[in-house]
Amino acid sequence: MSTATVSTSAPAPLAAPSAAPSPPPAPAEAPDSRWRTLRHVASENPLSLVAAFMLAVFVFVAVFGPTLAPYDPFASDGDATLQAPSAAHWFGTDNLGRDIFSRVVVGVRLDLLIALGSVVLAATTGTILGLCAGFFGGRTEKITGHAMDMLMAFPLFVLAMAIVAALGNSVANIVYASAIINLPFYVRLARSETAVLRGAGFVEAARLVGASSPRILFRHLLPNILPPLSVQASLNMGWAMLNAAGLSFIGLGVRPPAPEWGLMVSEGASYVVSGEWWIPLFPGLALMLAILTFNLLGDGLRDLIDPKRRS
Amino acid sequence: MTTPARPLLQLENLSKRYPVPGGSLHAVDDVSFAIMRGESVGLVGESGCGKSTLTTLITRLADPTSGHILFHGAHIGDIPAADFARRPERALIQKVFQDPTDSLNPRITAADSIAEPVRLLRRITDRARVRARVAELADLVALPPLCLDRFPHQLSGGQRARVGIARALASEPSLLILDEPTAALDVSVQAVVLKLLADLRDRLGVTYLFVSHDLHVVKLLCTRVLVMYLGKIVESGPAEQLFAYPKHPYTRALLSAAPGAHVARIPLAGEARSPVNPDPYTCRFHGRCPQGRPECEQSAPALTPTTPAHSVSCHFPVLA
Repeated sequence: MSTATVSTSAPAPLAAPSAAPSPPPAPAEAPDSRWRTLRHVASENPLSLVAAFMLAVFVFVAVFGPTLAPYDPFASDGDATLQAPSAAHWFGTDNLGRDIFSRVVVGVRLDLLIALGSVVLAATTGTILGLCAGFFGGRTEKITGHAMDMLMAFPLFVLAMAIVAALGNSVANIVYASAIINLPFYVRLARSETAVLRGAGFVEAARLVGASSPRILFRHLLPNILPPLSVQASLNMGWAMLNAAGLSFIGLGVRPPAPEWGLMVSEGASYVVSGEWWIPLFPGLALMLAILTFNLLGDGLRDLIDPKRRS
Repeated sequence: MTTPARPLLQLENLSKRYPVPGGSLHAVDDVSFAIMRGESVGLVGESGCGKSTLTTLITRLADPTSGHILFHGAHIGDIPAADFARRPERALIQKVFQDPTDSLNPRITAADSIAEPVRLLRRITDRARVRARVAELADLVALPPLCLDRFPHQLSGGQRARVGIARALASEPSLLILDEPTAALDVSVQAVVLKLLADLRDRLGVTYLFVSHDLHVVKLLCTRVLVMYLGKIVESGPAEQLFAYPKHPYTRALLSAAPGAHVARIPLAGEARSPVNPDPYTCRFHGRCPQGRPECEQSAPALTPTTPAHSVSCHFPVLA
């Protein structure tokens, strides 16, 4: 199989080779290469391992929150108001005598659900819109592009406030508002990734074997743009959480007496000056820890998926 | 080989023009030729001459601006490209891509890539039957069965090329367009893949349209050659004759530029003419042609036969 075979001036047709061409040696790449990458990333970036562990803790607490809490998070106790952290009340009590530790623990579920709900909603809608815009181009791309520009023209948090104020304070509306302000990021990312791949040979090949546009979009293009989108989603979780807490903090989110971190920080903020620092501190710390977890996790995920963009 | 039967593929005055600022780009201009069943036709020309556009027209991924495409005698050029996927002819006209890395989806295994046309075009839905057919195709292109469950990045260049060929053959096409199928491969692998292609043609009786700028490859595999320049076919003839006695000055220059050519190199001076709004009364090659004369600017030559099988589009063909 040297080059001489090609450059002989023997006229066509070429004599049919009797034996099948010798099969090239199979590459020795083992399927466990993915695990090796995972181990490599973990060893280079131990923080993401810590983050994965913390996420597991958060998920566990979210699932079993009410059973883990030592006190009823709603029960007020007139005899035990504004108590500093102690053995009985690890995080102290608030102005109504409610156990702050129990409220922080029970609050994990609500905060996580709001963040997850808005991210899932924004990511699925945004991905589909971005896929269509990037693939079909033309008018579809123009309309979605301008719509997203319009959304981005607002200060996003103010937009979220306006949406909640207009629709009313409810958990569902916070999820919608948070999803809407996050939508442009997913649309833009999905659109640009799709636009790059639209001209790839495998898209033309898919057309050639009779694949319809929806099939090309969801079977051929979606799996290829999913990695960057999943990184975006995990980085976005922390932001969505902060957003929900922020809305609650300014009174446009979850309504009292629900145990929600942002609301608890807001309720406790006025007590800091009088010395009861523990009321806003612990829900604030929980919020910080959760956001940190998601950001570290997103960084780790990005390193795993795209080593080129490694920070 | 040229029995006076109905051609498998016939192009009649096929044109594709793209609107560009200040006019229209004539990518494919008034191209007519026919390919008989069982023939292997080479289409050569420099990059940008319209080869790729012509293949997208024949594979019906783009609509021609004017002209006809007849396949098995049926007008398939008039069917909008968007509807062509549902036509029975979709299975019969397939293409092997130039770059097997680019044309295989990085997230789809070799088996699934080959299975897609089996499911969509042959309408085989039964899992076991699809798997059997995929194994059969892998065997046909000598792809080790181990490779089927791998993703493209886990395969070697030659294996990827085999997957691409297996996918193109999966729908049992009668016309296979090979778009420089070896250009992206290592030289040693090129020879193996070319042998495989020649072998497949003889075993399956598929008709090949072999698009390439590698004249050696064309010489090796094709019985007839079409030379394209700036959207037009400038010379067509039996491979042996065309390579031995090129008549068009462009073909001569092309052959002299090939590595290992026995004749002195004929340099082409200057740039090719612009394909935007070409002057209909000037030869496309004028300005670059080593033997251009004033007549070449008065009327454009038409493709005219010099012998029954050999045609050339030049006012002053080299007659040996």
